[in-house]
Amino acid sequence: MIIGTIIDGIVIDHIPAGQGMYLYEKLGLDKLQCEVAVIKNAPSGKYGKKDILKINEVIDLNYDMLGYIDPLITVNIIRGGQRVEKIHPHLPETLTGVIRCKNPRCITSVEQELPHVFRLTDREKGVYRCMYCDTMGGKR
Amino acid sequence: MKRDLIDITDLSVAEIDELIAVAEDIIAHPEVYREKCRYKKLATLFYEPSTRTRLSFESAMYELGGQVLGFSDATSSSATKGESVADTAKTVSCFADIIAMRHPKEGAPLVASMNASIPVINAGDGGHHHPTQTLTDLLTIKREKGRLDKLVVGCCGDLKFGRTVHSLIGAMSRYQNVKFVLISPEELCIPESVRTDLLERNGIEFVETTSLEEAMPQLDILYMTRVQRERFFNEDDYVRLKDSYILTPDKLTNAKWDLSILHPLPRVNEISIAIDNDPRACYFRQVLNGKFIRMALILKLLEVE
Repeated sequence: MIIGTIIDGIVIDHIPAGQGMYLYEKLGLDKLQCEVAVIKNAPSGKYGKKDILKINEVIDLNYDMLGYIDPLITVNIIRGGQRVEKIHPHLPETLTGVIRCKNPRCITSVEQELPHVFRLTDREKGVYRCMYCDTMGGKR
Repeated sequence: MKRDLIDITDLSVAEIDELIAVAEDIIAHPEVYREKCRYKKLATLFYEPSTRTRLSFESAMYELGGQVLGFSDATSSSATKGESVADTAKTVSCFADIIAMRHPKEGAPLVASMNASIPVINAGDGGHHHPTQTLTDLLTIKREKGRLDKLVVGCCGDLKFGRTVHSLIGAMSRYQNVKFVLISPEELCIPESVRTDLLERNGIEFVETTSLEEAMPQLDILYMTRVQRERFFNEDDYVRLKDSYILTPDKLTNAKWDLSILHPLPRVNEISIAIDNDPRACYFRQVLNGKFIRMALILKLLEVE
């Protein structure tokens, strides 16, 4: 399978297999006017299979979202056909607007304009809890 | 920078000890404190019913020479018009010097504190935190036992929705050699967040049991709680669990002679009135302690010397 070479853009690599479309939606890539390629189940020496996103433009990314999905994801910034930067998103201390609190007793359940903010409470297990009510925010 | 009290862990152990010391000084020398908050106003924003907590705050402020304004029911506030907690907090900041807020939704006082320009005290948010009740409990334990360490603390009843229990465990687990015995029906056992984040992670000794009788002989403190109707979405579940534990004189036969029985109140039937005259029953002394510790807290947050 051949996907065109990117001159200026972003390659999001090492996405856990099956999460590519989820990230495509969550990062709002469906709203972009430029070319975007979602490659599913690409062979990976490390993981067996992986997903890849190729974006034919350098855009601002939500690195908190990427780190939350999997801190092993890599982001390659391409300029002039060359990789100029390789970024490893880390598990963020705070997640804002990435996941929603599902506790019906939480203040966010009645005040729709409040941002849904989760804090990392256990880095080892990747546990996030709602800033307002301490309810655990599960991964998708 | 203003200080708020949303969760008991907002206070260090040293600060809690300092509050307890001030409360004990207020008890010993009330006349010294009668004018400390003259010209200061406390706003009590109570979005759900309360007798003890609201009156305790109001009484505390009056005894400090201050004044009180606010509402005791969401229907008498602009919340009925859809005003957000944030907007209410900003508005009340124009009228008062300090806020005490109770709200049925968890996290509402935190939202208020992020938007108010004056200190905000969480007076209970849903089944979440109730830090001034915890301060009340700590002052009571200190006055009854003379210490806050080396104690076996039994928590009995609704440990799932009982916010006072969660806050008490959070606070007591910071003192040395405190062991918890958690007594509840399986459906109302301690939430996973309290078990993992507070107890297991900090290596606090605890056991979970369904038998109050078996737990009784080892307890220094018995903290009884009510199964709260307002925390249930399903009335059938409430009816099934509400009478799980009722403390009667016969259940105290194998208890320590110096056991201290606490209850955040109100009680329904979980402590028989026959216990009230037992010297081990501390719950009405606990109510009085609540006023003194809230006086100490108001002084601290208003930075009154």
